[in-house]
Amino acid sequence: MTTETLIWLIPLPPVLAFFLIVLFTNRNKALSHTIAVGAALLSWLGSMIVFVRAIGVEHLGEHPFESSINWLPLGDSWFKIGVLVDPLTAVTLFFVAWTVLMIFVYSVGYHNFGQPEGDHDHKGLPPHGATVEDHGHKHVVPSIEPMYSRFFAFIGLFAFGMFTLVVSDNLLTLFVGWEIMGLCSYLLIGFWYGKKSARDAAVKAFITTRVGDVFMLLGIAYLYSVTGTLSFREIFTEDVLHTLATIPSGVLGFSSAGLIGLLLFIGTVGKSAQFPLHVWLPDAMEGPTPVSAMIHAATMVSAGVYAVIRMFPLLSLDPTTMTIIAFIGAFTALFAATIAVAQNDIKRVLAYSTISQLGFMIAALGIGAYVAAAFHLITHAFFKALLFLGSGSVIHGMEHGVLHTGDHHVDPQDMFNMGGLKNKMPITFWTFLIGGFALSGFPIITAGFWSKDEIFADAFAHHQYLVFGTLALAAFLTAFYTMRQITLTFLGEARTKEAEHAQETRWTMTTPLIILSVFAVTFGWVGIPQHFPLLGGLVPNWLHEFVGGTLAEHPEAVEFNVVPLLTSLVVALGGLGLGFFVYRNVHSAAEDKLQLGFLRNKYYFDEIYDTVFIKPVTWFADKVVYQIMDKGFIDGILHLFGPATQGLGDTVRNYFDLPVINRFFGDGSANATYWFGGKLRVVQTGRIQNYLMLALIVFIAVGAALYFFVFSV
Amino acid sequence: MVPLSWYLVFSAALFSIGLFGVLSRRNAVAILLGIELMLNSVNVNLAAFWRYGDVTQMAGQVFAIIVFAVAAAEVSVGLALVISVYRKHNTVIADEIDMLKF
Repeated sequence: MTTETLIWLIPLPPVLAFFLIVLFTNRNKALSHTIAVGAALLSWLGSMIVFVRAIGVEHLGEHPFESSINWLPLGDSWFKIGVLVDPLTAVTLFFVAWTVLMIFVYSVGYHNFGQPEGDHDHKGLPPHGATVEDHGHKHVVPSIEPMYSRFFAFIGLFAFGMFTLVVSDNLLTLFVGWEIMGLCSYLLIGFWYGKKSARDAAVKAFITTRVGDVFMLLGIAYLYSVTGTLSFREIFTEDVLHTLATIPSGVLGFSSAGLIGLLLFIGTVGKSAQFPLHVWLPDAMEGPTPVSAMIHAATMVSAGVYAVIRMFPLLSLDPTTMTIIAFIGAFTALFAATIAVAQNDIKRVLAYSTISQLGFMIAALGIGAYVAAAFHLITHAFFKALLFLGSGSVIHGMEHGVLHTGDHHVDPQDMFNMGGLKNKMPITFWTFLIGGFALSGFPIITAGFWSKDEIFADAFAHHQYLVFGTLALAAFLTAFYTMRQITLTFLGEARTKEAEHAQETRWTMTTPLIILSVFAVTFGWVGIPQHFPLLGGLVPNWLHEFVGGTLAEHPEAVEFNVVPLLTSLVVALGGLGLGFFVYRNVHSAAEDKLQLGFLRNKYYFDEIYDTVFIKPVTWFADKVVYQIMDKGFIDGILHLFGPATQGLGDTVRNYFDLPVINRFFGDGSANATYWFGGKLRVVQTGRIQNYLMLALIVFIAVGAALYFFVFSV
Repeated sequence: MVPLSWYLVFSAALFSIGLFGVLSRRNAVAILLGIELMLNSVNVNLAAFWRYGDVTQMAGQVFAIIVFAVAAAEVSVGLALVISVYRKHNTVIADEIDMLKF
C-alpha cells in the first residue's frame, strides 16, 4: 500500500467503530470496546507505519507525502481536499496515535469492565458500586458504567476528528475535524448528564469554544477570499505569503496576514483554553477521566496549538500578531499556574496546569521558537496524558476506599482526603511521579525539561526578556504545585479512612500509565541541543532537524547560553523542593496558607463572565426578547388577530347570515310555503264536485286568457 | 242534409247537460250518468266530423267505438266503487264522501 493511501485510511477506523457501535453493537459491551480499541489499534498501526516511512525520507519538508482529490466544483476549478504528511504532521501523528491508543485501553479499566452491574446505577450518572456476596459476607465492589458502549462510540468519533485534523492538507478539513472534536467534547464532558454540573460544564465548553471558532471561521473565509485557496502547501509559497503580507486589511493597520493570523489565533485561544477563553477547561473535568486526558492531552487542546504551529509561516509575517500571541501565551502560562496553586481537586490542578503549559507553547510560538513549541506540544501530550490517567487511577483507588467505608460524602477527587497512597498504589505513584517531574521540568532525565529548556533558550536568545521572566516564574509555580500535588496525594500519612483502603487499579489502567511514562522520559532525548554541556552531541538533535525541516527556511538552533539553563534548573528544583517542604506536614485544607480567596475562585473570572456576559444576555432574553418582543409584539399581533377576526365574524353573522340567509331565505321561504299551504288547504274539501268545479273555472279562465292574449294576436 | 254546425250545437248542448248533471247532482250514480252523457256527446262529435270529413278514413268511427269501450269500463268501475262506498258508509251522496280530504 502506498504511504498516501495509508494516510487517507488513518482516520477511518475510529469513525467506522463509532457507527458500528452506535448502530449495531451498543448492547454488547465487550464487542463495543473490542471494536473501539481495535479501531484505535489500526489507526495507531497506520500512523506508526507512516511515521517510520516519513522519518526515512530525506528533506521531507520539501517533498512531503501528499495526495488530494477534487471535492467541490467551483466554476472552472475545483476545491481540493487531501492529506499531507510533512515532518510536523508526522511527529503529531506519532504522539496522537500513542496517546489515543493508551486512552482507549485505559478506558476499559476505568469504566470497570468485567465488574457486575450496579445495584442502583442510572444512565447518565457515574456508577455507584455493586454489592456482591463472597463466602457468606457482603461487600461493595465498583460497578460497570451503565453507558459503557456509548462512551467508546464517542471517543471513537473524537479520535476520528483528531486524526482528520492532523492529516488534513487544508484549513477546511482541519476545521471540520476541529468542530467534530468540539461536538465530541460537548458530548463527553456531559457524559454523566444526570449531574447538573456536568450539563453546565458541557454547555460552557461548547459555547466558549464556539466564540473562538466563529473568529477562526472568519479567518478562514478571509484567507480564502484573499488567496483563493485553503491548502497549506499553496498558501505557504513565497508569492502567496508576500501578497498576504503586503495587502492591508483595513482594520487597525494590520496586514491581511496579520488579521488572518489573529483570527485563526482566536480560534486557538478558544480551543486551547488561553486567556480570556480559558474558563471552560477546568469545568470540563466533570467528564470521565479518560475524557479529560483525551481533551487535555492528546486531542482538543493540542489541536489548537497544532493549528497555530501549522499556520506559523502565515502568522510570522506580522510582528504585531506575533507579539500579541507571545503576550497572551506568557500571560496565560503565569495566570493559570497561580490558580493551580490553590486548587484542591486533583484533576482541576492538572486542568490549570494544562492551560499554563499550553501558554508556554503559544508563547514559544509567539517569539518564533517554532521547533520548541512543537517539541513542548509533544512532550506535554505524553506527560499530561500520563498525569490525567494517573489521576484517574488515583480517583479510582480512592473510590474503592469510599465503597469500602460506605461514606459517600468523602470526595475522592479532593487531595486533602488522600495522602500516603504511595504504598497502596505503587505503579500509579511511580508513573505519576515521572509525569509530575516531566511537567515540572526535572533536569536531564525527563522530557519536560528538554522541551521547556528549549523554550527558555529561545526566549533568551531572541531577547524576549519579559516573556522569559514570565515563563520562568510560571515554570517555578508549575514545579511548586506539581510537588504540592504529589506530596498531598502520595506522600505522608493517609488523612482519611478511604485513603487507607485505596487499592491499586487493574492492569488495563496501569499498562497505559507505564507506556506513557516511558515516553514522558525518553521523548526528551530526541531533542537535546547540540551544544548542551556534557550531553550535547551524544544523541543527535534529531527533532530540531526533522521538525525544523517543515519550514521553508530551516530555523537555526540557538546558541547555548548558561543563563536559561540555570534558570530552568533553579525553577524546577526550587519549585519541587519548596512544594515538598511546604506541604509535607499539611494535614487539612485549613492549614494550607495559599488558599487565598481570589486564587481559589480563579480570580473570579466565572463571576465576571457571569455578570458581564451571561446575566445581561439572560436579562435581554427574558425582558426584551421574551417579555417585549415575544409576549408583547408577536403575541400582541396574534392577540390582535384573534379579536379582529372574531369581531368580523360576529358582524357578518349578525348583519348578514342571520337576517339575510337565515331569516329571509331560510325561514322566509319556509314561512311563505307554510302560509300558502295554510291558505290553500281550504280548497282541499275532499268533495269531488268542488274539485271539478274548480277545474272547470280554471279551464275557463285559462282558456279565456289564451284566447285573449295568445290566439287573438 | 243538415249542416255540421247543427250536430256540433247538439253535441255541445248534450255535453253541457252532462256537465251540469255531474256538477249539480248529489247522487253518485247520477253523476256517473252525467259522465256518460258527456262521453256520448263527444261520440256525436266524432261521428259528425267523420261524416263531413274524409269518409274513407275510419278514424272517427274507431275513436267512437274506443270511447264506448272506455265508457263501459269506466261505468262498471265507477258503479263498483259506488257500491263499495255504499256498503262501507251507507251513502251514495257525493258531498258526504269526503275521505280524500286531508
